[in-house]
Amino acid sequence: MDAAVFRAWIVTAAEVIEANRDHLTQLDAAIGDADHGINLARGFAAVLGALDAASPAGPGAILTLTGNTLISKVGGASGPLYGTAFRRAGKSLGDAADVDMPAVSAALDAALAGVQQLGAAREGDKTMVDALAPATRAFGKAIADGASEPEALRSLAEAAEAGAEATIPMQALKGRASYLGPRSVGHEDPGAVSTALILGALRDAAQAGR
Amino acid sequence: MKKLINSPDTVVTQALQGVAAAHPQLKVDVENKVITRAGGPRTGKVGLVSGGGSGHEPLHGGFVGYGMLDAACPGEVFTSPVPDQMLIATRAVNGGAGVLHVVKNYTGDVLNFQMAAELAEDEGIEVVPIITNDDVAVEDSLYTAGRRGTGATVFVEKIAGALAEEGADLGTVAAGAREVNERSRSFGVALSSCVVPAAGKPTFELGDSEIELGIGIHGEPGRTRTTHSTASDLAAVALDAIGADLSLDTDLLVMVNGMGGTPLIELYLLFNEVRQQVEARGGRVARNLVGNYITSLEMQGFSVTVGQLTDTLTRLWDAPVDTPALRWGR
Repeated sequence: MDAAVFRAWIVTAAEVIEANRDHLTQLDAAIGDADHGINLARGFAAVLGALDAASPAGPGAILTLTGNTLISKVGGASGPLYGTAFRRAGKSLGDAADVDMPAVSAALDAALAGVQQLGAAREGDKTMVDALAPATRAFGKAIADGASEPEALRSLAEAAEAGAEATIPMQALKGRASYLGPRSVGHEDPGAVSTALILGALRDAAQAGR
Repeated sequence: MKKLINSPDTVVTQALQGVAAAHPQLKVDVENKVITRAGGPRTGKVGLVSGGGSGHEPLHGGFVGYGMLDAACPGEVFTSPVPDQMLIATRAVNGGAGVLHVVKNYTGDVLNFQMAAELAEDEGIEVVPIITNDDVAVEDSLYTAGRRGTGATVFVEKIAGALAEEGADLGTVAAGAREVNERSRSFGVALSSCVVPAAGKPTFELGDSEIELGIGIHGEPGRTRTTHSTASDLAAVALDAIGADLSLDTDLLVMVNGMGGTPLIELYLLFNEVRQQVEARGGRVARNLVGNYITSLEMQGFSVTVGQLTDTLTRLWDAPVDTPALRWGR
Protein backbone atom coordinates (compact mmCIF):
# COMPACT_ATOMS: atom_id res chain seq x y z
CA MET A 1 0.00 0.00 0.00
CA ASP A 2 1.46 3.36 -1.03
CA ALA A 3 0.80 6.99 -0.13
CA ALA A 4 -2.10 7.22 -2.59
CA VAL A 5 -4.02 4.54 -0.67
CA PHE A 6 -3.38 6.18 2.70
CA ARG A 7 -4.38 9.56 1.38
CA ALA A 8 -7.55 8.03 -0.09
CA TRP A 9 -8.21 6.40 3.32
CA ILE A 10 -8.12 9.74 5.12
CA VAL A 11 -10.24 11.44 2.44
CA THR A 12 -12.80 8.60 2.60
CA ALA A 13 -12.78 8.70 6.40
CA ALA A 14 -13.45 12.45 6.32
CA GLU A 15 -16.38 11.88 3.96
CA VAL A 16 -17.91 9.08 5.98
CA ILE A 17 -17.49 11.00 9.26
CA GLU A 18 -19.16 14.05 7.70
CA ALA A 19 -21.99 11.85 6.36
CA ASN A 20 -22.45 10.34 9.85
CA ARG A 21 -21.95 13.61 11.75
CA ASP A 22 -25.52 13.78 13.04
CA HIS A 23 -25.73 10.05 13.70
CA LEU A 24 -22.58 10.11 15.86
CA THR A 25 -23.80 13.21 17.67
CA GLN A 26 -27.13 11.52 18.39
CA LEU A 27 -25.38 8.44 19.78
CA ASP A 28 -23.32 10.78 21.98
CA ALA A 29 -26.42 12.68 23.12
CA ALA A 30 -27.80 9.43 24.51
CA ILE A 31 -24.85 8.64 26.78
CA GLY A 32 -22.41 11.56 26.54
CA ASP A 33 -22.55 15.24 25.72
CA ALA A 34 -23.82 15.41 22.14
CA ASP A 35 -20.70 16.60 20.33
CA HIS A 36 -18.83 13.56 18.97
CA GLY A 37 -19.90 13.85 15.32
CA ILE A 38 -19.55 17.63 15.35
CA ASN A 39 -16.01 17.49 16.73
CA LEU A 40 -14.72 14.68 14.55
CA ALA A 41 -16.19 16.23 11.40
CA ARG A 42 -14.49 19.52 12.28
CA GLY A 43 -11.22 17.68 12.92
CA PHE A 44 -11.23 15.66 9.69
CA ALA A 45 -12.14 18.76 7.66
CA ALA A 46 -9.01 20.37 9.14
CA VAL A 47 -6.99 17.26 8.30
CA LEU A 48 -8.01 17.51 4.62
CA GLY A 49 -6.83 21.13 4.62
CA ALA A 50 -3.53 20.15 6.25
CA LEU A 51 -2.94 17.32 3.74
CA ASP A 52 -3.53 19.72 0.85
CA ALA A 53 -1.24 22.34 2.36
CA ALA A 54 1.66 20.06 3.28
CA SER A 55 1.38 17.13 0.80
CA PRO A 56 3.25 14.64 3.01
CA ALA A 57 5.14 12.11 0.93
CA GLY A 58 4.77 8.66 2.48
CA PRO A 59 2.13 6.62 4.33
CA GLY A 60 3.77 7.28 7.71
CA ALA A 61 3.95 11.04 7.17
CA ILE A 62 0.30 11.15 6.09
CA LEU A 63 -0.87 9.41 9.26
CA THR A 64 1.40 11.50 11.49
CA LEU A 65 0.06 14.74 10.01
CA THR A 66 -3.48 13.41 10.43
CA GLY A 67 -2.80 12.68 14.10
CA ASN A 68 -1.14 16.02 14.79
CA THR A 69 -4.02 17.88 13.17
CA LEU A 70 -6.66 15.94 15.12
CA ILE A 71 -4.86 16.73 18.39
CA SER A 72 -4.72 20.42 17.44
CA LYS A 73 -8.29 20.78 16.21
CA VAL A 74 -10.68 18.34 17.87
CA GLY A 75 -10.42 18.78 21.61
CA GLY A 76 -12.48 16.65 23.96
CA ALA A 77 -11.26 13.12 24.64
CA SER A 78 -11.51 12.06 21.01
CA GLY A 79 -8.88 14.60 19.84
CA PRO A 80 -6.00 13.23 21.93
CA LEU A 81 -7.16 9.62 21.54
CA TYR A 82 -7.61 9.57 17.75
CA GLY A 83 -4.64 11.92 17.36
CA THR A 84 -2.42 9.56 19.33
CA ALA A 85 -3.74 6.55 17.40
CA PHE A 86 -2.81 8.09 14.03
CA ARG A 87 0.51 9.45 15.29
CA ARG A 88 1.57 6.07 16.67
CA ALA A 89 0.49 4.34 13.48
CA GLY A 90 2.41 6.88 11.42
CA LYS A 91 5.52 6.47 13.54
CA SER A 92 5.27 2.69 13.22
CA LEU A 93 5.10 2.90 9.40
CA GLY A 94 8.17 5.14 9.33
CA ASP A 95 9.57 6.53 6.08
CA ALA A 96 8.74 3.63 3.76
CA ALA A 97 7.13 4.66 0.46
CA ASP A 98 5.21 1.39 0.24
CA VAL A 99 4.11 -0.75 3.19
CA ASP A 100 3.00 -4.39 3.31
CA MET A 101 0.17 -5.92 5.31
CA PRO A 102 2.32 -6.98 8.30
CA ALA A 103 3.56 -3.38 8.55
CA VAL A 104 -0.02 -2.09 8.53
CA SER A 105 -0.90 -4.66 11.17
CA ALA A 106 1.99 -3.49 13.36
CA ALA A 107 0.89 0.13 12.87
CA LEU A 108 -2.66 -0.70 13.98
CA ASP A 109 -1.30 -2.51 17.03
CA ALA A 110 0.78 0.58 17.84
CA ALA A 111 -2.33 2.75 17.48
CA LEU A 112 -4.26 0.52 19.87
CA ALA A 113 -1.41 0.55 22.39
CA GLY A 114 -1.27 4.35 22.24
CA VAL A 115 -5.01 4.69 22.83
CA GLN A 116 -4.95 2.28 25.75
CA GLN A 117 -1.91 3.91 27.30
CA LEU A 118 -3.50 7.37 27.17
CA GLY A 119 -7.10 6.49 27.96
CA ALA A 120 -6.48 3.49 30.23
CA ALA A 121 -9.49 1.74 28.73
CA ARG A 122 -9.73 -2.03 28.43
CA GLU A 123 -11.96 -4.13 26.23
CA GLY A 124 -15.45 -4.23 27.71
CA ASP A 125 -15.31 -0.66 29.07
CA LYS A 126 -17.61 0.52 26.24
CA THR A 127 -15.15 2.73 24.39
CA MET A 128 -13.42 2.95 21.00
CA VAL A 129 -11.13 0.15 22.21
CA ASP A 130 -14.05 -2.26 21.84
CA ALA A 131 -13.95 -1.69 18.07
CA LEU A 132 -10.20 -1.15 17.62
CA ALA A 133 -8.95 -4.16 19.61
CA PRO A 134 -11.00 -6.90 17.91
CA ALA A 135 -10.33 -5.26 14.53
CA THR A 136 -6.56 -5.31 14.94
CA ARG A 137 -6.77 -8.90 16.20
CA ALA A 138 -8.88 -10.02 13.24
CA PHE A 139 -6.55 -8.26 10.82
CA GLY A 140 -3.45 -9.88 12.33
CA LYS A 141 -5.09 -13.29 12.26
CA ALA A 142 -6.22 -12.91 8.65
CA ILE A 143 -2.67 -12.06 7.59
CA ALA A 144 -1.24 -14.98 9.57
CA ASP A 145 -3.80 -17.24 7.88
CA GLY A 146 -2.58 -16.10 4.47
CA ALA A 147 -5.57 -13.94 3.54
CA SER A 148 -5.30 -11.60 0.56
CA GLU A 149 -5.12 -7.87 1.17
CA PRO A 150 -8.82 -7.27 0.37
CA GLU A 151 -9.83 -10.20 2.59
CA ALA A 152 -7.70 -8.99 5.48
CA LEU A 153 -9.07 -5.45 5.22
CA ARG A 154 -12.60 -6.84 5.10
CA SER A 155 -11.91 -8.81 8.30
CA LEU A 156 -10.59 -5.62 9.89
CA ALA A 157 -13.65 -3.55 9.02
CA GLU A 158 -16.17 -6.27 9.88
CA ALA A 159 -14.58 -6.99 13.24
CA ALA A 160 -14.67 -3.27 14.05
CA GLU A 161 -18.37 -3.07 13.15
CA ALA A 162 -19.17 -6.16 15.19
CA GLY A 163 -17.14 -4.72 18.06
CA ALA A 164 -19.08 -1.46 17.93
CA GLU A 165 -22.39 -3.33 17.95
CA ALA A 166 -21.21 -5.40 20.87
CA THR A 167 -20.95 -2.23 22.98
CA ILE A 168 -24.75 -1.93 23.05
CA PRO A 169 -25.32 -4.23 26.07
CA MET A 170 -22.18 -3.01 27.86
CA GLN A 171 -22.13 -0.71 30.88
CA ALA A 172 -19.63 2.12 30.36
CA LEU A 173 -16.67 2.16 32.73
CA LYS A 174 -14.63 4.93 31.10
CA GLY A 175 -15.37 8.35 29.63
CA ARG A 176 -18.40 10.50 30.18
CA ALA A 177 -20.87 7.67 29.57
CA SER A 178 -19.57 5.99 32.72
CA TYR A 179 -21.47 8.56 34.81
CA LEU A 180 -24.70 6.94 33.63
CA GLY A 181 -23.83 3.61 35.21
CA PRO A 182 -26.47 1.01 34.30
CA ARG A 183 -28.33 3.60 32.22
CA SER A 184 -25.51 3.46 29.65
CA VAL A 185 -26.64 -0.08 28.77
CA GLY A 186 -28.65 -0.35 25.54
CA HIS A 187 -26.76 2.34 23.61
CA GLU A 188 -24.01 1.91 21.04
CA ASP A 189 -20.80 3.67 22.01
CA PRO A 190 -20.19 6.64 19.67
CA GLY A 191 -16.39 6.26 19.83
CA ALA A 192 -16.60 2.59 18.88
CA VAL A 193 -18.92 3.50 15.99
CA SER A 194 -16.60 6.22 14.66
CA THR A 195 -13.67 3.79 14.92
CA ALA A 196 -15.62 1.27 12.83
CA LEU A 197 -16.42 4.00 10.27
CA ILE A 198 -12.75 5.01 10.00
CA LEU A 199 -11.55 1.41 9.61
CA GLY A 200 -14.35 0.76 7.11
CA ALA A 201 -12.98 3.72 5.15
CA LEU A 202 -9.58 1.98 4.92
CA ARG A 203 -11.21 -1.11 3.41
CA ASP A 204 -13.23 1.02 0.97
CA ALA A 205 -10.32 3.24 -0.04
CA ALA A 206 -8.06 0.26 -0.73
CA GLN A 207 -10.81 -1.43 -2.73
CA ALA A 208 -11.58 1.68 -4.77
CA GLY A 209 -7.89 2.09 -5.59
CA ARG A 210 -7.63 -1.31 -7.27
CA MET B 1 -34.65 26.25 18.93
CA LYS B 2 -34.23 30.02 19.34
CA LYS B 3 -30.73 31.26 20.18
CA LEU B 4 -29.05 34.66 20.03
CA ILE B 5 -26.38 33.61 17.56
CA ASN B 6 -25.38 34.34 13.98
CA SER B 7 -24.27 30.84 13.08
CA PRO B 8 -23.52 27.72 15.18
CA ASP B 9 -19.96 27.66 13.79
CA THR B 10 -19.02 31.12 15.05
CA VAL B 11 -20.55 31.10 18.55
CA VAL B 12 -17.29 30.83 20.48
CA THR B 13 -15.18 33.24 18.41
CA GLN B 14 -17.88 35.89 18.20
CA ALA B 15 -18.54 35.63 21.95
CA LEU B 16 -14.81 36.09 22.53
CA GLN B 17 -14.87 39.21 20.39
CA GLY B 18 -17.61 40.46 22.68
CA VAL B 19 -15.57 39.63 25.78
CA ALA B 20 -12.65 41.59 24.30
CA ALA B 21 -14.88 44.58 23.56
CA ALA B 22 -16.51 44.53 27.01
CA HIS B 23 -13.38 44.03 29.13
CA PRO B 24 -10.34 46.07 28.13
CA GLN B 25 -8.52 44.73 31.20
CA LEU B 26 -8.39 41.39 29.37
CA LYS B 27 -6.33 40.49 26.34
CA VAL B 28 -8.26 38.16 24.08
CA ASP B 29 -6.51 36.16 21.37
CA VAL B 30 -9.62 35.30 19.37
CA GLU B 31 -7.83 33.19 16.76
CA ASN B 32 -6.14 30.90 19.29
CA LYS B 33 -8.94 31.24 21.84
CA VAL B 34 -6.84 32.36 24.80
CA ILE B 35 -7.88 35.00 27.35
CA THR B 36 -5.13 36.56 29.48
CA ARG B 37 -4.76 39.60 31.72
CA ALA B 38 -3.86 42.65 29.64
CA GLY B 39 -0.78 43.41 31.76
CA GLY B 40 1.12 40.23 30.93
CA PRO B 41 2.87 37.99 33.44
CA ARG B 42 4.31 39.38 36.67
CA THR B 43 7.87 38.21 37.20
CA GLY B 44 8.11 35.77 40.09
CA LYS B 45 4.36 35.16 40.38
CA VAL B 46 2.97 31.67 39.82
CA GLY B 47 0.74 31.69 36.74
CA LEU B 48 -2.75 30.19 36.87
CA VAL B 49 -4.25 28.70 33.71
CA SER B 50 -7.62 27.05 33.46
CA GLY B 51 -9.78 26.02 30.59
CA GLY B 52 -12.58 23.81 29.46
CA GLY B 53 -15.45 23.66 27.06
CA SER B 54 -17.41 26.84 26.39
CA GLY B 55 -21.02 27.13 27.51
CA HIS B 56 -20.19 27.38 31.25
CA GLU B 57 -19.71 31.16 31.34
CA PRO B 58 -18.56 33.03 33.32
CA LEU B 59 -16.26 30.01 33.94
CA HIS B 60 -13.38 30.33 33.03
CA GLY B 61 -12.79 33.56 31.09
CA GLY B 62 -14.88 35.60 33.54
CA PHE B 63 -12.44 34.68 36.30
CA VAL B 64 -9.32 36.04 34.60
CA GLY B 65 -7.95 39.04 36.45
CA TYR B 66 -6.26 40.25 39.62
CA GLY B 67 -6.49 37.71 42.44
CA MET B 68 -7.71 34.83 40.30
CA LEU B 69 -6.69 33.33 36.93
CA ASP B 70 -3.95 34.60 34.63
CA ALA B 71 -5.37 32.85 31.57
CA ALA B 72 -8.33 30.84 30.36
CA CYS B 73 -8.63 28.59 27.31
CA PRO B 74 -12.20 28.17 26.08
CA GLY B 75 -12.86 25.17 23.86
CA GLU B 76 -15.80 24.70 21.54
CA VAL B 77 -19.14 24.42 23.35
CA PHE B 78 -18.88 21.58 25.89
CA THR B 79 -15.63 20.40 24.28
CA SER B 80 -12.27 20.54 25.97
CA PRO B 81 -9.80 23.00 24.47
CA VAL B 82 -6.77 21.62 22.63
CA PRO B 83 -3.14 21.37 23.84
CA ASP B 84 -1.98 24.15 21.46
CA GLN B 85 -4.22 26.69 23.20
CA MET B 86 -3.11 25.59 26.63
CA LEU B 87 0.55 25.80 25.63
CA ILE B 88 0.08 29.35 24.30
CA ALA B 89 -1.65 30.32 27.55
CA THR B 90 1.00 28.63 29.69
CA ARG B 91 3.81 30.45 27.88
CA ALA B 92 1.94 33.77 28.12
CA VAL B 93 1.51 33.63 31.91
CA ASN B 94 4.87 32.15 32.85
CA GLY B 95 6.62 34.69 35.07
CA GLY B 96 9.43 32.27 35.88
CA ALA B 97 7.76 30.77 38.97
CA GLY B 98 5.90 27.97 37.19
CA VAL B 99 2.31 27.52 36.16
CA LEU B 100 -0.66 25.83 37.83
CA HIS B 101 -3.18 24.16 35.51
CA VAL B 102 -6.66 24.04 37.04
CA VAL B 103 -8.41 21.12 35.32
CA LYS B 104 -11.94 19.84 35.83
CA ASN B 105 -12.10 16.06 35.95
CA TYR B 106 -13.43 15.11 32.52
CA THR B 107 -11.53 12.68 30.33
CA GLY B 108 -11.07 15.21 27.52
CA ASP B 109 -9.92 18.06 29.74
CA VAL B 110 -7.48 15.83 31.62
CA LEU B 111 -5.97 14.32 28.43
CA ASN B 112 -5.53 17.65 26.64
CA PHE B 113 -4.04 19.40 29.69
CA GLN B 114 -1.71 16.42 30.20
CA MET B 115 -0.43 16.79 26.63
CA ALA B 116 -0.05 20.56 27.06
CA ALA B 117 1.89 20.12 30.31
CA GLU B 118 4.33 17.76 28.58
CA LEU B 119 4.86 20.28 25.77
CA ALA B 120 5.38 23.14 28.27
CA GLU B 121 7.86 21.09 30.28
CA ASP B 122 9.79 20.38 27.08
CA GLU B 123 10.19 24.17 26.89
CA GLY B 124 11.43 24.33 30.47
CA ILE B 125 8.23 25.68 32.08
CA GLU B 126 7.35 23.92 35.33
CA VAL B 127 3.67 22.91 35.34
CA VAL B 128 1.64 21.38 38.16
CA PRO B 129 -1.93 20.25 37.46
CA ILE B 130 -4.72 20.34 40.04
CA ILE B 131 -7.74 18.26 39.06
CA THR B 132 -11.05 19.25 40.64
CA ASN B 133 -13.50 16.43 41.34
CA ASP B 134 -16.19 17.66 43.73
CA ASP B 135 -19.42 16.31 42.21
CA VAL B 136 -20.93 13.86 44.71
CA ALA B 137 -23.58 12.79 42.18
CA VAL B 138 -20.98 10.33 40.88
CA GLU B 139 -21.33 7.71 43.60
CA ASP B 140 -19.12 4.91 42.41
CA SER B 141 -15.94 6.54 41.21
CA LEU B 142 -14.23 3.14 41.00
CA TYR B 143 -16.42 2.15 38.04
CA THR B 144 -16.53 5.52 36.31
CA ALA B 145 -14.09 8.15 35.08
CA GLY B 146 -14.28 9.51 38.64
CA ARG B 147 -16.12 12.43 40.19
CA ARG B 148 -16.64 15.38 37.87
CA GLY B 149 -15.16 18.79 38.52
CA THR B 150 -17.87 21.40 38.98
CA GLY B 151 -18.51 24.29 41.40
CA ALA B 152 -15.43 23.73 43.56
CA THR B 153 -13.43 24.89 40.55
CA VAL B 154 -14.61 28.46 41.28
CA PHE B 155 -13.42 28.15 44.90
CA VAL B 156 -10.09 26.66 43.79
CA GLU B 157 -9.47 29.41 41.22
CA LYS B 158 -10.27 32.15 43.76
CA ILE B 159 -8.19 30.79 46.62
CA ALA B 160 -5.22 29.57 44.56
CA GLY B 161 -5.33 32.92 42.77
CA ALA B 162 -5.12 34.76 46.09
CA LEU B 163 -2.16 32.60 47.16
CA ALA B 164 -0.34 33.27 43.90
CA GLU B 165 -1.03 37.00 44.20
CA GLU B 166 0.55 36.96 47.69
CA GLY B 167 3.73 35.54 46.17
CA ALA B 168 3.39 31.91 47.28
CA ASP B 169 5.54 29.43 45.35
CA LEU B 170 4.12 26.82 42.95
CA GLY B 171 4.11 24.01 45.53
CA THR B 172 2.23 26.15 48.04
CA VAL B 173 -0.31 27.36 45.49
CA ALA B 174 -0.91 23.78 44.32
CA ALA B 175 -1.27 22.53 47.90
CA GLY B 176 -3.81 25.26 48.63
CA ALA B 177 -5.75 24.39 45.49
CA ARG B 178 -5.77 20.71 46.44
CA GLU B 179 -6.92 21.49 49.98
CA VAL B 180 -9.88 23.54 48.69
CA ASN B 181 -10.88 20.77 46.28
CA GLU B 182 -10.67 18.14 49.02
CA ARG B 183 -12.82 20.24 51.37
CA SER B 184 -15.54 20.98 48.79
CA ARG B 185 -18.49 19.02 47.38
CA SER B 186 -21.23 19.82 44.86
CA PHE B 187 -24.58 18.48 43.72
CA GLY B 188 -26.70 19.70 40.77
CA VAL B 189 -30.33 19.43 39.70
CA ALA B 190 -31.76 20.11 36.23
CA LEU B 191 -35.32 21.26 35.61
CA SER B 192 -34.77 21.42 31.85
CA SER B 193 -32.20 20.39 29.24
CA CYS B 194 -29.74 22.60 27.40
CA VAL B 195 -29.27 22.95 23.66
CA VAL B 196 -25.76 22.71 22.16
CA PRO B 197 -25.78 25.32 19.34
CA ALA B 198 -24.28 22.97 16.74
CA ALA B 199 -26.77 20.21 17.65
CA GLY B 200 -29.77 22.56 17.62
CA LYS B 201 -31.97 20.41 19.83
CA PRO B 202 -32.17 19.54 23.52
CA THR B 203 -29.47 17.17 24.73
CA PHE B 204 -32.07 15.22 26.70
CA GLU B 205 -35.81 15.27 27.17
CA LEU B 206 -37.50 15.94 30.50
CA GLY B 207 -41.26 15.72 30.94
CA ASP B 208 -43.18 18.74 32.28
CA SER B 209 -43.06 17.48 35.84
CA GLU B 210 -39.70 15.65 35.67
CA ILE B 211 -36.32 16.71 37.02
CA GLU B 212 -32.86 15.12 36.81
CA LEU B 213 -31.00 14.76 40.11
CA GLY B 214 -27.21 14.84 40.02
CA ILE B 215 -26.97 16.55 36.64
CA GLY B 216 -23.54 17.32 35.20
CA ILE B 217 -22.65 20.66 33.65
CA HIS B 218 -22.89 19.36 30.07
CA GLY B 219 -26.41 18.02 30.24
CA GLU B 220 -25.02 14.57 30.96
CA PRO B 221 -27.54 12.76 33.13
CA GLY B 222 -27.09 12.25 36.82
CA ARG B 223 -28.22 9.78 39.45
CA THR B 224 -31.93 9.55 38.83
CA ARG B 225 -34.90 11.13 37.19
CA THR B 226 -37.78 11.98 39.47
CA THR B 227 -40.85 14.17 39.93
CA HIS B 228 -40.38 17.86 40.49
CA SER B 229 -40.77 19.09 44.04
CA THR B 230 -40.40 22.22 46.20
CA ALA B 231 -37.24 24.30 46.63
CA SER B 232 -37.14 23.13 50.23
CA ASP B 233 -37.18 19.47 49.18
CA LEU B 234 -34.53 20.01 46.49
CA ALA B 235 -32.25 21.85 48.92
CA ALA B 236 -32.58 18.85 51.23
CA VAL B 237 -31.74 16.41 48.41
CA ALA B 238 -28.59 18.39 47.56
CA LEU B 239 -27.49 18.76 51.19
CA ASP B 240 -28.19 15.08 51.93
CA ALA B 241 -25.98 14.07 49.02
CA ILE B 242 -23.23 16.49 50.04
CA GLY B 243 -23.58 15.81 53.77
CA ALA B 244 -23.16 12.08 53.20
CA ASP B 245 -19.58 12.80 52.16
CA LEU B 246 -18.60 16.03 53.94
CA SER B 247 -19.40 17.08 57.48
CA LEU B 248 -21.44 20.27 57.47
CA ASP B 249 -21.19 21.25 61.16
CA THR B 250 -18.54 23.92 60.68
CA ASP B 251 -18.01 27.30 59.00
CA LEU B 252 -18.88 26.90 55.34
CA LEU B 253 -18.49 28.65 52.03
CA VAL B 254 -21.74 27.98 50.14
CA MET B 255 -22.43 28.67 46.49
CA VAL B 256 -25.95 28.43 45.11
CA ASN B 257 -25.24 28.44 41.39
CA GLY B 258 -27.67 28.87 38.53
CA MET B 259 -27.28 26.60 35.49
CA GLY B 260 -27.92 29.47 33.08
CA GLY B 261 -31.71 29.55 32.77
CA THR B 262 -32.76 30.00 36.38
CA PRO B 263 -34.04 33.40 37.59
CA LEU B 264 -32.06 34.99 40.42
CA ILE B 265 -35.24 35.29 42.48
CA GLU B 266 -35.38 31.48 42.58
CA LEU B 267 -31.67 31.19 43.39
CA TYR B 268 -32.07 33.57 46.35
CA LEU B 269 -35.13 31.66 47.53
CA LEU B 270 -33.13 28.44 47.29
CA PHE B 271 -30.14 29.97 49.06
CA ASN B 272 -32.38 30.81 51.98
CA GLU B 273 -33.55 27.19 52.15
CA VAL B 274 -29.96 25.96 52.00
CA ARG B 275 -28.85 28.39 54.71
CA GLN B 276 -31.63 27.33 57.08
CA GLN B 277 -31.01 23.66 56.48
CA VAL B 278 -27.25 24.05 56.94
CA GLU B 279 -27.92 25.69 60.31
CA ALA B 280 -30.33 22.90 61.25
CA ARG B 281 -27.45 20.49 60.55
CA GLY B 282 -25.16 22.41 62.89
CA GLY B 283 -23.23 24.40 60.30
CA ARG B 284 -22.87 28.09 59.52
CA VAL B 285 -22.81 29.77 56.12
CA ALA B 286 -19.84 32.04 56.76
CA ARG B 287 -19.38 33.12 53.15
CA ASN B 288 -21.62 32.74 50.10
CA LEU B 289 -22.03 33.20 46.38
CA VAL B 290 -25.49 33.34 44.79
CA GLY B 291 -25.72 33.65 41.01
CA ASN B 292 -24.60 32.14 37.72
CA TYR B 293 -20.95 31.10 38.03
CA ILE B 294 -20.63 27.71 36.30
CA THR B 295 -23.47 27.29 33.88
CA SER B 296 -24.72 24.80 31.33
CA LEU B 297 -25.94 27.05 28.49
CA GLU B 298 -29.67 27.77 28.99
CA MET B 299 -30.35 24.87 31.35
CA GLN B 300 -32.86 25.58 34.08
CA GLY B 301 -31.60 24.25 37.38
CA PHE B 302 -29.03 24.80 40.08
CA SER B 303 -26.05 23.36 41.83
CA VAL B 304 -25.02 23.73 45.44
CA THR B 305 -21.32 23.72 46.30
CA VAL B 306 -20.20 23.59 49.92
CA GLY B 307 -16.63 24.16 51.06
CA GLN B 308 -15.36 23.76 54.62
CA LEU B 309 -13.53 26.93 55.62
CA THR B 310 -10.49 27.42 57.84
CA ASP B 311 -9.23 30.80 59.05
CA THR B 312 -6.63 30.78 56.28
CA LEU B 313 -9.09 29.80 53.56
CA THR B 314 -11.53 32.49 54.74
CA ARG B 315 -8.78 35.10 54.60
CA LEU B 316 -7.81 33.99 51.08
CA TRP B 317 -11.46 33.98 49.97
CA ASP B 318 -11.80 37.56 51.28
CA ALA B 319 -8.61 38.74 49.56
CA PRO B 320 -9.11 41.33 46.80
CA VAL B 321 -10.26 40.05 43.43
CA ASP B 322 -10.96 41.98 40.24
CA THR B 323 -12.34 39.89 37.38
CA PRO B 324 -15.39 40.31 35.14
CA ALA B 325 -17.43 37.87 37.25
CA LEU B 326 -16.00 38.22 40.79
CA ARG B 327 -14.95 41.57 42.16
CA TRP B 328 -14.40 42.81 45.68
CA GLY B 329 -11.95 44.43 48.07
CA ARG B 330 -10.03 46.46 45.55
